Amino acid sequence: MIVAEQKSLEEIKELVGDANKVLVLGCGTCVTVCFAGGSREAAIVAAELRMASKLDASPKDVTDATVQRQCEWEYLDQAAEQVGNVDVVLSLGCGVGVQAIVERFPNAWVVPGLNTTFMGMPIEQGVWAERCAACGDCILGLTGGICPIARCSKSLLNGPCGGSIDGHCEINPEIACAWQLIYDRLKSKGKLEVLMDIQPPKNWRTSRDGGPRKIVREDLRLGKEE
Amino acid sequence: MTAMTNSLQIIAYCCEHCAYAAADLAGGLRMQYPPEVKIVMLPCTGKMDVLLALQAFEDGADGVMVAGCLPGDCHYLEGNDNAKRRTDYLQTLLNEIGLEPERVKMFNLSSAMAGKFVEAAKEMTEKIVKLGLNPLRERIKDEG
Amino acid sequence: MTSNTNGYLSGSNLERVLKNGHFAVTAELGPPQSADGSVIRKKAALLKGCCDAANITDNQTAIVRMSSIGAGAILVQEGLEPVAQMTCRDRNRLAMQSDLLGAYALGVRNLLCLTGDHQSFGNHPDSKNVFDMDSIQMVQMVSNMRDKRVFQNGEEFKGQEPRFFVGAVESPFAHPVEFRPHRLAKKVKAGVNFIQTQIVYDIPAFKTFMEKVREMGLHKQTYILAGVSPLKSPGMAKYMKENVPGILIPDAILKRMEAAGSPWAGKSKDELTPEDKKARSEAWQAEGIKICIELIQQLRKIEGVAGVHIMAIEWEEAIRPIVEGAGLYPRPNVPMPEAKAA
Repeated sequence: MIVAEQKSLEEIKELVGDANKVLVLGCGTCVTVCFAGGSREAAIVAAELRMASKLDASPKDVTDATVQRQCEWEYLDQAAEQVGNVDVVLSLGCGVGVQAIVERFPNAWVVPGLNTTFMGMPIEQGVWAERCAACGDCILGLTGGICPIARCSKSLLNGPCGGSIDGHCEINPEIACAWQLIYDRLKSKGKLEVLMDIQPPKNWRTSRDGGPRKIVREDLRLGKEE
Repeated sequence: MTAMTNSLQIIAYCCEHCAYAAADLAGGLRMQYPPEVKIVMLPCTGKMDVLLALQAFEDGADGVMVAGCLPGDCHYLEGNDNAKRRTDYLQTLLNEIGLEPERVKMFNLSSAMAGKFVEAAKEMTEKIVKLGLNPLRERIKDEG
Repeated sequence: MTSNTNGYLSGSNLERVLKNGHFAVTAELGPPQSADGSVIRKKAALLKGCCDAANITDNQTAIVRMSSIGAGAILVQEGLEPVAQMTCRDRNRLAMQSDLLGAYALGVRNLLCLTGDHQSFGNHPDSKNVFDMDSIQMVQMVSNMRDKRVFQNGEEFKGQEPRFFVGAVESPFAHPVEFRPHRLAKKVKAGVNFIQTQIVYDIPAFKTFMEKVREMGLHKQTYILAGVSPLKSPGMAKYMKENVPGILIPDAILKRMEAAGSPWAGKSKDELTPEDKKARSEAWQAEGIKICIELIQQLRKIEGVAGVHIMAIEWEEAIRPIVEGAGLYPRPNVPMPEAKAA
């Protein structure tokens, strides 16, 4: 899932600026699961903004609403009227959601309330870690199911480097060394010889390095044949 | 709930098993605690949500007490530990908003500790008197 | 493998020394955090004649310094053979190849391929991460440029290809320890010509590593130079032991360093005069050099060790006494043979 965290109230206030009517729009999918922008968080941010703006002696009219997903038109349309009634939409969706609102409602002024950080998962409630870098050419079959692109700080394909200490990455002792994990996993499966193959340099064209990506599935498209 | 008066209002979220029972006992023993403290019973302080407390402040509460079982003795095992984390977080939120973080505090006591409840209520009231009315109140009054 | 008509891969001095069976000595030279070439010339003067080639680090610990290739070109002018170092952190495959073409044109003949410290360690932690390739892929790429005359994309060279003597690093005690000889094997598979190891203080542990290396026959497929570094103080030893991954320092060595400072141990920090501090520092350094010489003598006796790589961090003055003390001075002169008719 997409993991994000809230910007500071200070930054949010700056982004909202002088606008008076504000809609805090939450999202019911990824950001709900990571407690950054769901309906509860939207209510909290709205309350924070109302209270802070009152204390700043220029009270704002802040309402909140949440749609199932900001990134799909059908769900986003449910908020059309509310979006139309305000000066600024403070989106608590991920970066995709913020942009979807702008694309769907070009008259709206939209600012982000979150920093979208990574694709990852909750390891336990309250702790999320990065797992996938969306490289577009998945090599998990070569590494026992542990991703060196996302989880190795240097994205090595022939790791580990000399900085692996007690299973941790030298740049941050809280991060596991991906290659130690890969080594242990392949060893437990009796497949260490896989590590003796030299992985060639990666073709980064399928990743973001190759430019913004797009997928078209003709079999799924609707509408009459031209 | 909107604040109708200008006298101090402190909301005390008390857990059913310990803090509420202690407050009840204090009442039974005719022990006096400040009338500014208004008790709201929760099944456990683990039910305490940041949004709940924020709404109390937005509506004009001057202080929020969260009172639960002694550490390690929570009737639901971890509720009071979770409440402590959320209360700490709430303090940082209040600071960001522009309110004093001291307006919220957590207390731990057992159901027999009527005296401790009274002490906590007095301590909180004294502190809030020093901090003054919730600055949002004046705005509410002006709007009212 | 292709070779020059005179029988060498690159014809570098380091290659000639190793190929002709001499115990090689390489040293390290740290470039300045400035554009002042005279710093390189001064350091070159200290190292000339003491080593067969001198490594120049590449933005070591991700701190911006004069480029390894730029400094290398100055070394070539000064008559000291450079080993250019290149990490994977700052350059993509285009920049790597491009810089290597320039390096060769400027007279550089040895290259050490490294992964590189992550930029978060250095003085520009906000920068973007490159790591387009890793060190093993780089070894393969540079070897193919020389032997198959192709760029990384497979395109053939139409003119002079760069012909480097290709090196890499191995850290014998980094984790997972049991995988390290295998990682060395991988680098050999990729075509590495020489290896410089991470700093060794623990001879028994290194012997264990070399045993596995010999079992796999790797010492016959590549030249292994053991890394050594003279300690400057007990503080430096403790720091390295606790903070640098893969460095093992036996307690006996730590104790020797501390003992060297014992004449001043009675005084507290505030009681030490500047003269005291200077004398104590010199005593520590003398002991550090002595220990380094002993380590080199022990390393020479280990089968499969083809030389030493002396890293005297910002202390290039120590190299000559170490090389002399270890009986490795003067360095052998292995002339380039006449080019044989093709």
